[in-house]
Amino acid sequence: MLSVTDLHARYGRIPILNGICLEVAAGEFVGVLGHNGMGKTTLLKTLMGFVPVQRGRILFDGADVTHEAAYVRARRGLGYVPQGREIFPGLSVRDNLRMGFVGRGAEERVDAIVQTFPRLVPLLNRRGGALSGGEQQLLAIARCLAGNPRLILFDEPTEGIQPSIIEELVAVLQTLHRKQALTIVLVEQNLEFIAELATRVLLIQKGAILRELQPGELRQAGVLSEFIGVDRA
Amino acid sequence: MVVIALGVPQVVDQFGLLQLTIFAAMCILALSLGFVWGYGGILCFGQSAFFGLGAYAYAVTAVDLGESTAAAILAVLVPAVFAALLGYFMFYGRLSDVYLGVITLSVTLIFFNLMNSTAGDAYRVGKARLNGFNGMPSLPTLNVPGDPARLLDPTETFYLVMAFLVIVYVGLHVLLASHFGRVVVAIRENEARCELLGYDVRLHKLLVFTIGGGIAGLAGCLFANWGAFVSPNVFSLTMTSQIIIWVIVGGLGTLVGPIIGCLIMQYLATTLGTQQLANTNLIFGIIFLAFVLLVPRGIVPSLRALGARAPGPSRVHDPA
Repeated sequence: MLSVTDLHARYGRIPILNGICLEVAAGEFVGVLGHNGMGKTTLLKTLMGFVPVQRGRILFDGADVTHEAAYVRARRGLGYVPQGREIFPGLSVRDNLRMGFVGRGAEERVDAIVQTFPRLVPLLNRRGGALSGGEQQLLAIARCLAGNPRLILFDEPTEGIQPSIIEELVAVLQTLHRKQALTIVLVEQNLEFIAELATRVLLIQKGAILRELQPGELRQAGVLSEFIGVDRA
Repeated sequence: MVVIALGVPQVVDQFGLLQLTIFAAMCILALSLGFVWGYGGILCFGQSAFFGLGAYAYAVTAVDLGESTAAAILAVLVPAVFAALLGYFMFYGRLSDVYLGVITLSVTLIFFNLMNSTAGDAYRVGKARLNGFNGMPSLPTLNVPGDPARLLDPTETFYLVMAFLVIVYVGLHVLLASHFGRVVVAIRENEARCELLGYDVRLHKLLVFTIGGGIAGLAGCLFANWGAFVSPNVFSLTMTSQIIIWVIVGGLGTLVGPIIGCLIMQYLATTLGTQQLANTNLIFGIIFLAFVLLVPRGIVPSLRALGARAPGPSRVHDPA
């Protein structure tokens, strides 16, 4: 579904992505793990078209989207839930959800989406900015789903979220992946979260994919120490 | 607004009626910037360029044709098309807000200098002489469509201008309450997010800019018709800064605010213009600074914030 070949991107003169190669098949749940500053977020932004590609190619469903505008990629079915949620704080929860759907029939779509997010139902008329961090994260995911994406890129959804909501997030993402057969690419630093959800994990270092791991390997002390810099007794 | 408009000619004299007519025309101009800046988030320092283009398009066409209907239509279309062309280069060129402000201001001042240098018989469009800094006097005023001999009297002109004000206000209200309006407000709040949700941000901004240009052109047409005169001053720095002050005083992000700001400042300008004690522009500058420093949100949003004591579901996107 998503095929990335020799992807290079930079901020000014500073190279961030140095030849990323990535294949994601339909229905997969791929985790991307790495230290801060290794290019995880830049990878997602480049896939979405917000960081220009210096070299390489991005294919989505067989179509070359390497130089397409972000809104065109979104319309093709590439969804993105960014770090920090970035909901519209001045709009109500309902209007935030309406915004996720381009075209007519937004009301029906909103009604359908909130079935997956019962926590949002009593909050529909509340301002997005008045929601807690966890609720905003759920809203960001729901809004992304309103656009009927076929592949969603998640950027650290657990960042700054209370543990009870993280459990709910796990349940929501499992539902999306297993029952709705959505393809997901998840960038995370929360090892337990990524190990619980991903079917395979890619380690990113200095802007390149260093190694592929199975989720179970994330619990091995040697792997953690060598590739992630986490020491566990 | 409609009730007041209908009753006003019965209670004010002709001078008052003329004053209210120009106030209403300027309110339309204020609404155009209130829409473009307050909702679209596009800081346009050159709204007077579209206002002036509308005024000149009306003047030239009305003189050439001797009839006002086509002139009034062109007064809206010419600035709207110009706004679309200018906006295309600005938005599709991905210019940042600062450059956008600089370019719109520069365009206005280019028009100002250009029209000032059109004195002489060589500068004419058909029968219409542009007359440089002297302006174009004795313009044909609005007539009943299809009947150039039947000119509108001051009372009819007042009704017409008020009708346009109501139409523009209600039209913008409806537009902002639509899905398009919601997207426009969302773009103002988070442009990148909207693009990632699949919205063509540049196209939406271009449409907002074009609509704003057309509305400003309509105001220009009504202004030129009011005094039967137009001069390069419609493009001046004073004019363009005046519109910004109206919107700041009334309040960004509302449609009522720019109208109230415009009425207050227009009334002050008229009143202060009759005295010799203080310079009007100096007083305007002080008022502008006072609002920026003390009431940065403007009159209407500040009053709403004071009045919104009762808790409940709130929606910032309230196009009123």
